[in-house]
Amino acid sequence: MGNLAFDIAHLLAGGLVLVSLMLLYQDRLYALLNVFALQATVLAMSVAWQAWVQGAPHLYITAVIALVVKAIVIPVALHRIIARLGIHREIENVVSIGPTMLAGIGLVALSMVVMLKVTADADPLAREDLAFALSVVLLGLLMMVTRRNAVSQVVGFMSLENGLILAATGAKGMPLVVEISVAFSVLVAFIVIGIFLFRIRERFDTVDVHALDRFRGDQR
Amino acid sequence: MVTIVGLWCVAALLGIAGFGIVAGNWPQGSRLIYGATAATSTVALITAVLQLVGGVGAPPSIVLPLGLPWIGAHFRMDALSAFFLVVINLGGAAASLYGIGYGQHEREPQRVLPFFPAFLAGMNLVILADDAFSFLLSWEFMSLASWALVMAHHHERDNIRAGYVYIVMACFGTLALLLAFGLLAGPEGGYAFASIRAHQLSPPLAGFVLGLALLGAGSKAGLVPLHVWLPLAHPAAPSHVSALMSGVMTKVAVYGFIRIVFDLLGPAAWWWSFPILAIGSGTAVLGVLYALMETDLKRVLAYSTIENIGLIFVGLGLALAFRANSLPAASALALTAALFHAFNHALFKSALFFGAGAVLTATGERQMEGLGGLIHRMPTTSVVVLVACVAISALPPLNGFASEWLAFQAILLSPQLPLWGLKLLVPAVGALLALSAALAAACFVRVFGIVFLGRPRTQAAERAAEVDRWSLSAMVILAGLCILAGILPGFVIDAIAPVVQSLVGDRMPVQGGINWFSIVPVVESRSSYNGLLVFCFIAASASLAAYVIHRLASHALRRAPAWDCGFPQSSPATQYTASSFAQPIRRVFGGYAFQAQERVEMPPPGDLRPARIEVDLHDRAWELIYTPVTNAVSFAAERLNRLQFLTIRQYLSLVFFALVFLLLVLALWS
Repeated sequence: MGNLAFDIAHLLAGGLVLVSLMLLYQDRLYALLNVFALQATVLAMSVAWQAWVQGAPHLYITAVIALVVKAIVIPVALHRIIARLGIHREIENVVSIGPTMLAGIGLVALSMVVMLKVTADADPLAREDLAFALSVVLLGLLMMVTRRNAVSQVVGFMSLENGLILAATGAKGMPLVVEISVAFSVLVAFIVIGIFLFRIRERFDTVDVHALDRFRGDQR
Repeated sequence: MVTIVGLWCVAALLGIAGFGIVAGNWPQGSRLIYGATAATSTVALITAVLQLVGGVGAPPSIVLPLGLPWIGAHFRMDALSAFFLVVINLGGAAASLYGIGYGQHEREPQRVLPFFPAFLAGMNLVILADDAFSFLLSWEFMSLASWALVMAHHHERDNIRAGYVYIVMACFGTLALLLAFGLLAGPEGGYAFASIRAHQLSPPLAGFVLGLALLGAGSKAGLVPLHVWLPLAHPAAPSHVSALMSGVMTKVAVYGFIRIVFDLLGPAAWWWSFPILAIGSGTAVLGVLYALMETDLKRVLAYSTIENIGLIFVGLGLALAFRANSLPAASALALTAALFHAFNHALFKSALFFGAGAVLTATGERQMEGLGGLIHRMPTTSVVVLVACVAISALPPLNGFASEWLAFQAILLSPQLPLWGLKLLVPAVGALLALSAALAAACFVRVFGIVFLGRPRTQAAERAAEVDRWSLSAMVILAGLCILAGILPGFVIDAIAPVVQSLVGDRMPVQGGINWFSIVPVVESRSSYNGLLVFCFIAASASLAAYVIHRLASHALRRAPAWDCGFPQSSPATQYTASSFAQPIRRVFGGYAFQAQERVEMPPPGDLRPARIEVDLHDRAWELIYTPVTNAVSFAAERLNRLQFLTIRQYLSLVFFALVFLLLVLALWS
């Protein structure tokens, strides 16, 4: 039983990393949102599995929050925003897909090496979980760095935050309050960024953050 | 017990500081505040004296639940702390007493009243602190409070610059001390002094800590070339605060140095005394040369502080040299001389700054060239300043002589040192000390002669009147203590003995039982000094001479042109000025030390302008050290300024790459 629990947790967390890598090469916004919803679903499954393994019922609440807010509400809302802004055809990539994917793979390897080395005497379940979580966080950051469109930066931020939740649930004894507050802070950040999107659009007729730099008088 | 009393005094001072914010606007507020600080300082003084003289060993450390949560704040009053608390609270009580009168002339008392007690509290806390965190916190508190006092008269342009230079140097010093304590505490972070003592550093690290302590404490004390802020900042504050900063705060820096190097750092390596001796003696000579060139009365005093700090550090360096070569008795002698001189300097420098403050109150003039003849208008002040001048010039029978004599006795023991380097260096240091003592005497002859003797050079000096009784009583008390400590140095030496015992493991011979209050530094066959005897002799011979002159001189009436010897015209401008007094010394030393250049500007024939002589002096520390450093800092700042103008994505990338880099470091090196 213990082995099976470990294997399934491993599978789900690994799936999350895989989906994060998938996020990296989506150059259509709708596809990006769909993959993000998939990521949130995998996260919810992973959290639910953790809840069952650890016998911690409050984690089910986290899983439900992840599923409802991140897999349904936020993607739907972003869909509508994109539709209203009329940017669903836009394609943007700063660094081309090949190097991005290579960098992503490098980051995953790095986080594995670091985590497995640092947490040598920790519980193996939490250990693997933390390693995957760190990869997801790094991939999210990579996405924020390589994208120019504000919407995909938001998605990168959300994916980063998914990694945080994975880490938080993987470690035993994380109180529910922390998770809920993290979830809500993301929601707030989402709302703020959404408002900003409209303001940016209103002013510059684009959601390319490049426009902000140009407006500030920077060259490039 | 004593530590608790000390802490309560600090708490009371902080309370008074809070009260000072309100009391600044009351008509009698300043009297109230200074009275309260005087009373509190006196209580702290008595406590510290009792602990020093009758103390039974070191009391245990008190831990208060303040500061960093897992450390707490440790406080302790051992012998060393008690000695420096005596110095601080003696100066503090005298400055408060002086302030009761002097503070009345303050135009904006609310800029001084809250910070004065806070400054005293900060200095007391530095001494009481028994862990690195509270030490640094109180040190910085002391710096900031004194900075606020320097900026009290912020409308004057020079004061703003002084405050700026001061705060930069103070931050630099604290940074050096922070690094020193970080190294001392080691990787485990045992910040309590007890655990630092238990922790031994490797020799190169210990040497590094010594350098940092020299930088940190030396910048506060005013060692050349870290002295540049001192002559700017000390005179900028109100005079009683100048007295505290010059007479007392520099001693706090000396305390910090002693605490780190003698107490916390463990056994000394053979080479430690070299830099200290070299810097100390250089500081002594350069400090007094600067003082001789200066014509602003308070700045002269500030420069003279630099000289005395150099002397004290020479004493400390000698003590370290003797201790490293296991000559504890000689080490005790040198350390006693240093501590004794620190105590004396607090006395006479405070008295001198009080005198300068009194002159400033009476005439509104700080330039010596505008003073003169004050001995008739301010008799008590001039007597006090005369006593302090004699003391600081190290003339017997006053206290300055006693401590410098002890220092020279320690220097005379240097042939016992096994190292050839020290055998050669120490006599050279002795020669420099002798030079600085002679120059100091010239400097204070100049100060007293120009300010108090002769005839008034300005109308302000002519209209001067004696200051109020509070100020006078503070000055008279300090002058009296100078005389007492000079006549009976044995008692002071015995009081310092427990401090010396705890630091170098030996003490000077007990002086209490020796006949006629002589002091004997090593053995009687070698040397001894009797302040009382010298005092009696000077008093008796002077009275006798005065009597003989009055009695036996010719009573025949003579008529002669008044002031014809050098003064055919009776204009006060024909008198010796402060600059002309300093000219011979400037000609001898100024070329090397200050790149002094004299230019005579002679108008062509027929032109009615007067001829002028102009002198250019350069502080080479500014040119050689500070200007390049400033240039480097502004260059780096300009380069880094670009970081302010990156795009959002570039900032994110910075964070991202920093994170990846740190993870890589962790992956490769952990």
